[in-house]
Amino acid sequence: MASLNIENVKKRFGSVEVLKDISIDIAHGEFLVLVGPSGCGKSTLLNLIAGLETISSGVIKIGDRDVTHIAPKDRDIAMVFQSYALYPNMNVRKNISFGLETRKVPKVQIEKQVKKVASMLQIEGLLDRKPAQLSGGQRQRVAMGRALAREPSIFLFDEPLSNLDAKLRVEMRMEIKLLHQKVGTTIVYVTHDQIEAMTLADRIAIMKDGVIEQFGGPKEIYENPATMFVAGFIGSPSMNFIPCKIIERKGELQIPLFAQNNKKCFIPAKGVCPSPEKWKGREVVLGIRPEQISAFSSTEQGNHSVFKLKCQVQLTEPTGPDTLIFTQINNRKVTCRIHPDKAVSPQKSIDLGIDMSKAVLFDPETQKRVY
Amino acid sequence: MNDEYITDNYQKTPAMLFFRAAVYAVLIMAAIYFLIPLVIMVLTSVKTINDIRTGNLISFPRQFSLEAWRSAWDTACIGVTCNGIKGYFWNSVKITVPAVLLSTIIGAANGYVFSKWKFRGSEIFFSALLLGCFIPFQIILLPMAKMLGAIGLAQSLPGLILVHIIYGLAFTTLFFRNFYVTIPQELVKAAKIDGAGFFRIFFKIMLPVSIPIFVVCIIWQTTQIWNDFLFGVVFSSGETQPVTVALNNLVNTSTGVKKYNVDMAAAIIAALPTMAVYIIAGKYFLRGLTAGSVKG
Repeated sequence: MASLNIENVKKRFGSVEVLKDISIDIAHGEFLVLVGPSGCGKSTLLNLIAGLETISSGVIKIGDRDVTHIAPKDRDIAMVFQSYALYPNMNVRKNISFGLETRKVPKVQIEKQVKKVASMLQIEGLLDRKPAQLSGGQRQRVAMGRALAREPSIFLFDEPLSNLDAKLRVEMRMEIKLLHQKVGTTIVYVTHDQIEAMTLADRIAIMKDGVIEQFGGPKEIYENPATMFVAGFIGSPSMNFIPCKIIERKGELQIPLFAQNNKKCFIPAKGVCPSPEKWKGREVVLGIRPEQISAFSSTEQGNHSVFKLKCQVQLTEPTGPDTLIFTQINNRKVTCRIHPDKAVSPQKSIDLGIDMSKAVLFDPETQKRVY
Repeated sequence: MNDEYITDNYQKTPAMLFFRAAVYAVLIMAAIYFLIPLVIMVLTSVKTINDIRTGNLISFPRQFSLEAWRSAWDTACIGVTCNGIKGYFWNSVKITVPAVLLSTIIGAANGYVFSKWKFRGSEIFFSALLLGCFIPFQIILLPMAKMLGAIGLAQSLPGLILVHIIYGLAFTTLFFRNFYVTIPQELVKAAKIDGAGFFRIFFKIMLPVSIPIFVVCIIWQTTQIWNDFLFGVVFSSGETQPVTVALNNLVNTSTGVKKYNVDMAAAIIAALPTMAVYIIAGKYFLRGLTAGSVKG
């Protein structure tokens, strides 16, 4: 078990720089998720941590040890792969013990370790089977067992759930989290699935084009996205981006929102942005999550952060617990999350209550958050 | 596995039946066409010389005799020695077994490197090696003879074995490389993290899954090396010649009456090992050749 420090890591493949100056610090026992769209460099970063790729510049430390130029086998890590990478010619027992055997661990201890891991993952009954005779979920467990058996100081997971079907994925996600609580080892986990990132992580690093866009806890990233990319990537359905202009009206700076039926409301800019003065008369992007736009109820009458706007519904999508309705604000399609009982059918109007307490503003030029 | 498409889901029209019959007719004709020479060889080899002289080519033997086989193996004259082809047959075995094994094992190691341990320029090396598949044998005869002379292996069994190993490497490397490319790289990564090195990964993980491609290589190389005539005739002489060369000399050695039955028996003996290899391992051959060409 150990902390992980990544300092100014760069990786070039020929002339292409796939990782541009990455720095991440996590403490011992933390669960770090690297998330981002394909090609953002997250798997490359994981391979660098594992030592499977050589680093172009920078330093990687596990615990207090500089492992930048140390071979994978000496880094005290274990890795679970997307394709599981189980050795097809060996049975489950052999797969789990292979790493221990190469390290010349005494036979008795190997046996004990295999037994312990198998019971932890409930795969005792599968020990004599070959990988080809296992289901996807079972292979996944064996792959984790192989990593666990060595009791490394860091676990690396490379999109371990993406080959499973939706239901199994949710189950295994929980098991991984439980496992982390049980063994408490530091984990670095790569995924492109933002829900996995949110549910599993202590810390999330959102990557795009070889750069970390934001690094923080799940709640922080969800509520205070630093860029439009982060805001749009995390959360499903994703955040609404409404283009608007900050104007001066009745002696204060306000943001006008208008629906298709020419109904309008004006939102004081102060509530969304502490110092809006320099944005006066300029275009901004209002970021607001679907769950912050719901049906207006009379109990919200006195709440100063909720604004009423009558909108025409274009489309509804009942998901069960909520109904998503789609409308237009400032000529932009907007998703709202409504209690199913409050939903109305398309072409009808609905009073929406827009909760601005968690809304954010972005600069449309730089795509960065405006404070 | 495609049987489902051919089964009786359709009403069989007369046209379809006719088509079917035509297909079978062509196939049967082709089979007969290819089998007739072998049948005649076998028939001739069990006839007595009198029988051959008086009967015709495709008649059944009036008197069944294995004398020609015994003679071909043990007493037929090749050049000036009259010890049959048995010595040369064992020569061929002594050439083929080590040459096949070594070229296959080295090819496996080469393929492993070219697919899983790529280095700067490895693709160029591989392409260069592939050129070996396209170089006609005749081109390299002189330089190879010079080289064998230089290292003192001219006209010897080890020399001939060496030539076959080198010439086989292009093919075996290609076979193994294309097979190993289909094995996920993640397997090697996992093994590296598990602490296994170059050789341990090769022996413990790659080799155990390589049986189909081993069979392909062994069949291919056995056939090539056993049937080789050109290298045998050029790079060996006298007592070290392989059976193909000896067979040629046997047939060309004329002392009195031409013993067709002995020639035929000797030819069959010379062909038996490759036939045996095909019959024993043939189904793996097709399976291995197509393995990896279709995913999933």
